[in-house]
Amino acid sequence: MTHAVATNQTILVVGGGVSGMTAALEAAECGRQVLLVEKTPTLGGRTALLYRYFPKLCHPTCGLEINLRRVKASRNLRVLTQAEVTRITGARGDYSVALKLAPRYVNENCTACGACGAAVEATIDDPYNYNLSKMKAAYLPHAMAFPQRYVLDPSIIGTPDGEKAKAACRYGAIDLGMKVESLEIRVGAVIWATGWRPYDAAKIQPYGYDRYPNVITSLEFERLADPHGPTGGRILRPSDGREAKDIAFIQCAGSRDENHLRHCSRICCMASLKQTQYVREAYGEAGKSTVYYIDIRAIDRFEDFYSKVLADQTVRFVKSKPARIAEDAGTRDPVIHGVDTEGYHRYATRHDLVVLAVGMEPSVNGADVPHEIVADSSGFIESAASGGFFAAGCASNALDVNRSVQSATASALRAIQIVRKADRVEA
Amino acid sequence: MADPKYAAYVCKGCGIGERIDADQSAKIAEKEGKIALVRQHEFLCNAEGVALIRSDIEKEGVTHVAIAACSRRAKTEAFEFPGVALARANLREGVIWVRPDTAEARETTQEMADDYVRMACAELKKMKVPAGNPETGRSKRILVVGGGVSGLTAAVEARNTGYEVVLVEKQAQLGGWAAKLWKRIPEREPHAAPVDTGVQALIDAVTQDAGIRVYTNATLAQTSGAPGRFKASIAVESGSTATEEVGAIVQATGFSLYDMNRLPELGAGKSPNVMDQAGLESLARKAAPKGLPIRRPSDGGEVKRVVFVQCAGQRDDTGKHLPYCSGYCCNTSIKQAMYFKDANPAVDTVVIYTDLRVPGNGEDFYRSAQKKGVTFTKGSVTGVEASGDTCRVSFRDLILDEDASIEAADLVVLATGQVANAGVDIDNPQATDANGTKPISILNLDYRQGKDLPKLSHGFADSHFICFPYETRRTGIYAAGPVRRPMDIAQAKEDATGAVLKAIQAAENAELGRAAHPRSGDLSFPIVQLEGCTQCKRCTVECPFGAIDEDEKTYPVFNESRCRRCGTCMGACPVRVISFENYSVDSVGAQIKAVDIPDEFSEKPRILVLACENDAYPALDMAGMQRNHYSAFVRVIPVRCLGSVNTSWIIDALNGGYDGVMMMGCKHGDDYQCHFVKGSELANSRMSKISETLKTMALETERVATYEVAITDIKRLPVLIGDYAKVIEKIGLSPMKGFA
Repeated sequence: MTHAVATNQTILVVGGGVSGMTAALEAAECGRQVLLVEKTPTLGGRTALLYRYFPKLCHPTCGLEINLRRVKASRNLRVLTQAEVTRITGARGDYSVALKLAPRYVNENCTACGACGAAVEATIDDPYNYNLSKMKAAYLPHAMAFPQRYVLDPSIIGTPDGEKAKAACRYGAIDLGMKVESLEIRVGAVIWATGWRPYDAAKIQPYGYDRYPNVITSLEFERLADPHGPTGGRILRPSDGREAKDIAFIQCAGSRDENHLRHCSRICCMASLKQTQYVREAYGEAGKSTVYYIDIRAIDRFEDFYSKVLADQTVRFVKSKPARIAEDAGTRDPVIHGVDTEGYHRYATRHDLVVLAVGMEPSVNGADVPHEIVADSSGFIESAASGGFFAAGCASNALDVNRSVQSATASALRAIQIVRKADRVEA
Repeated sequence: MADPKYAAYVCKGCGIGERIDADQSAKIAEKEGKIALVRQHEFLCNAEGVALIRSDIEKEGVTHVAIAACSRRAKTEAFEFPGVALARANLREGVIWVRPDTAEARETTQEMADDYVRMACAELKKMKVPAGNPETGRSKRILVVGGGVSGLTAAVEARNTGYEVVLVEKQAQLGGWAAKLWKRIPEREPHAAPVDTGVQALIDAVTQDAGIRVYTNATLAQTSGAPGRFKASIAVESGSTATEEVGAIVQATGFSLYDMNRLPELGAGKSPNVMDQAGLESLARKAAPKGLPIRRPSDGGEVKRVVFVQCAGQRDDTGKHLPYCSGYCCNTSIKQAMYFKDANPAVDTVVIYTDLRVPGNGEDFYRSAQKKGVTFTKGSVTGVEASGDTCRVSFRDLILDEDASIEAADLVVLATGQVANAGVDIDNPQATDANGTKPISILNLDYRQGKDLPKLSHGFADSHFICFPYETRRTGIYAAGPVRRPMDIAQAKEDATGAVLKAIQAAENAELGRAAHPRSGDLSFPIVQLEGCTQCKRCTVECPFGAIDEDEKTYPVFNESRCRRCGTCMGACPVRVISFENYSVDSVGAQIKAVDIPDEFSEKPRILVLACENDAYPALDMAGMQRNHYSAFVRVIPVRCLGSVNTSWIIDALNGGYDGVMMMGCKHGDDYQCHFVKGSELANSRMSKISETLKTMALETERVATYEVAITDIKRLPVLIGDYAKVIEKIGLSPMKGFA
C-alpha cells in the first residue's frame, strides 16, 4: 500500500475528512484513479468527533459508515494515512508530489484484536477526545477508525512499553523499526481538503479559556455530550466533575472580529442551537441554556430548527457580545459580564459552564504548504497559480457539512476535467 | 459458468481458537453445511492465509467462499475475491467479543459460533455472483433543465468534462434571474463592491458550443426511461415535439420571487416606489449603464433615502408567508445599498433587519457597506405607508425596544425570498405553492410515482441527508441551484458543478450496470419471476425511488438503473417472486432455517435479530469491539435495509421455533435516517400488521419487536437485547418448537 503507483491521470486528494473522502469517492466512482492522503492515522476527520449533526440531530458516524464502505469497495481509490505532502512541483496536468509517511509501527498484519493496547501501560492525551482524556499509547483511534489498525505512539518506541506491545502481538504486526518514508508520485490534479481547526480560544484573552477550567470550546462540548466521549455522555464540569446544568454558549468566539478571524464561520450558530438540545436531552426541563449572540445565522431551512429552539423554554437568547468572563474563586463558576444590546443594560451572569462557539480557521493557515497555492487573506484556498489545484470543503471556505460535501463534489469534477485532458494527451 | 464449488475457512486467530472449538465448527461446515472443502487457519487474514484461499480458487476451482472469522466490516480488502461469492460468519465481533470468557458461558458461546457457521454455509448455497445487467442504456448525454446560472454552469461544466448536453429553457432567453441583475455579490476578495454578473459570458459559452443543443421556449412534455436511456420529449414553441435520448438529468429550474403583492402591509401595490429586489435591479439596469442615478418611479424624482426591509414575507411564524430564510437576501440588500452609495454617498440607505445573515466572507462585504455609510438597524418592520411620492416605514426598534419610523423614504425595497420552481407536489398534485399558484409539472416523468422530483420541505427538491446533498430519490436526476435550497449565484454555480458530476457518474455507472449511491458499484439488481406475480402492485407503490413501472396489466416493470438495490420491493412482495442474485428471500430464509433450535425444555431461547447493515449492524460490531456483552441467544442477520425484510422470514422463523424476532432499523418520521428513505418506516407498518398473524398462530405479540436504532447505540443495543431476552423469558419459550 505504501508503494502507491500514480500517473498524471491520478487525482491526489489531500485530507481524509468528510470533504476529502467525498471528493475522492466521487471521482473514483466516475472511474478515475484517486490517491487519498491523510495526515493522521485514520480517515474521518473532524466530523467523526461530533456527537450529532444539525438540524436532524443524526449521527455523523452513520454517513461515515457509508463512506467507508464505499472506500473499501472502490478499486479506483487508494488511501495512505499518516502521510503528508511536503513538496509539489510541475504544472497543471502533471505534478510531481513528495510525500512523507510517518511510521505507524504497526503493519497490515494487524487484526485490531487489541492485545497491544492491553499490554502497554503508558498513556497519552487522546486527541480524538480533544485531549480531555487519556488513551493507551498503543491505540485504535476510535471505533470507526479506518484503516482498522492500531497505532503505536512514537513516545513508546525504544521503551519497555514498545517491547511489551511487540511481545503481546501474536501476528507479527508490530514493527518497532519502522522509519519515516518518503515517496515521490506523479499526479494530474490536486484537491486540497485540508479542513479547518478550531480557532485558538486562548487568544481571546477576556474569555479566560486558558485560565478557567469551566470555560471550554464547542468542540470539547461535543465530546462531553457524546456517550462515547470521556465522560460517557455526561456533561461534567472540568473543575470539579459536577454536572453542569446552567450552560452559556458564546457565539462568534474569534469569528467576525478583526482582532481574530474576520469571517463568519457559518456553522457556530447552528452548532450552539444544536448543543442547547444536548442540554435538554441530558436534563429535560431542569437544564438551562443561554445563548449570547450578535446575529443568529440559521440560514434557509435551518430556520425551522431555530424556531424549535426559540420555543424551548429552557433556552434563553441574549443579544450581546460578552465583554469578559470572570471566575468566582470559591465555586469556580464562570461569570459573564457584558451589555445586553436589546435595551442596553449591564449584566453579570453566573453559569456552571461556558461553551465558546469557536470559529473555523483553515488548517493550512501558517503551516508550511507547498508552493503555488493561492489563498485569500484569511487562508482559505482558492486554487493554484497553474490552475490544477482545487479546494474542497472548509479548506475553501467556512462551510457546514452539507455545503462541504457539495463543494467537494464540485472539486472532484474540476479535477476530472484536468486529468481527462492529460488522459487524451497521453493517448 | 462452471459448477459451483464451495469452500469454508475457519479462522482461529484473535482468540477465536481459544474461545471456541474450531474443529467442531469446521465439522459443522462439512457435515451440516455440506461444504466439500473446509480448512482451519491460525491467522486467515495474513498474506499466507489469503494466498491459501486464492490458491483454492485458482487450483481447486472454488467459486463460493465462506469465511468464519471476523465481521464482514473488518479485513474487507484482504477477503476480496473478484468473481467469487462470499459469506462471512462473524465469530469475533459477533461471538467471542460479546460473550464473557467463563466456563459457564462456553457452551452457549460455542452454540452461537456453530450457528453462524451453519448460517454462512446456508447463505452461500443460495448466492450467485451478480453478473450485472446487460440491458443497460449507453447514452452519456446530459439533459439540463433550466437556462439560468445553475443550468448554464451545469452545461458548461459537463462540456468541459467531455459530455454532450441538451439544454431546455422555458423562456425565450437564456440567463434566468441573473440576466436581470445589474451586478452581483462578489465571491472573491476584496468583497468590497458589487461585481459583474458574468452571465453573458456563460450564455456565450453555451450558445457557441456545438456540443450543447439549446431549446428555448421549450418544456418537457414527457420524460421516460432510466439513467443511460432517458427519453425526453421536448415541446417547442412551434407546437412540435423533439425527442432526445439522454443518460442523466440536471434539474436547474430555479426559483420565483415570493410575490410581494401578498404583502400589502409592507406597502406593496400601494406605491410604485415600493418594490422587491428584482424591481430595484430593473431600475439599476435602466439607469446605471448610462451613468444615471436611479430615480423614483412615481415621478422620476431624486432618490435621497432608500429603506431595505429584510425578511419581507420570510421567517414568518404566522403561517401566512414563507417560514424559512432565503439566505441570499441580506447580501443582496447590502449590494443594492452600494448601488446608491457608490454612485452618491449622500443617499441615505437603511437596512432594517432582525438577524443579519452574511456567512463566511460576506462579513467583509458587510464591513465594506458599513464603511460606505450604509446604516444597519436591528428592527422589525410593522408597516409601510405611502403618501405622495414618499413612504413612511414604521418598525419596532429592537435595540431601543421602542416603536420608531423612518419618514420620507423615496424607495422601499422588500427582500422577499425564493420560492422553488420544483414542479408539482407528487404527494398532493393539487397543492399550490407559496405564491398561491398551482405549479405545472417540470419533468413530466411517466413514473408510477409521480411526475416530478419528491420535495423535502417548503417545496424545495433537496436531499434529506446532511452527508449526501446530492442524494436523490429519482436516480439519475439531480436538482441543482435554488430549486434545491435557497442560494445565491456563487453557491448555485458550485452546486451545479457538483450536480453535473453526479449526473455523469449516474450515466457512466448505468452503462456498467452499477448501482448509484449508497450501494455504489453494486452489480446485483432485482430479478422478478413474473409467473408467480399476482399484480398486487405493492412493489411499485412502495419503491422509494420510483424504479418500478407497471405495464398495462399492472405487472411490475423494473428499471434497473433507477434501482438503488435496497430490496424494499423484495420485502413488499407477498408471493416472494423478487430477489437479488446475492441477496434473496431464499438466501436469508436459508440462514434462518439453518440455525439449530434447541427443544422447548432446553431453556435456551433463540432470538432472530434482523439488523440494518449500515447502522444497527455496525453498532453491534462496535459493541463487540468494546467488549460489551450480550445474550448468547441472539442470531444476527444483517439486511440491506429493514424495508427488504419479507414478512415470510418472520413467519418462517416463528414457525421454525424461534422465540422472538428483533428488527433493528433506522429512525423514521420527519427526521428519518433510513438511507433508503422509508425502509424502516415500511418495516414498522408491515410488522404492525403482523399481530393478526401471530394471533392465528396462537403466539404473543411480543414475539416480534421493532426498534429504532442508531449507529452510536453501542451501549444501548446490548441492553435492548438483554431486556428483550427477559421478555421472552417471561412469556416463555415458543410453543412452535419441534413442529418444523
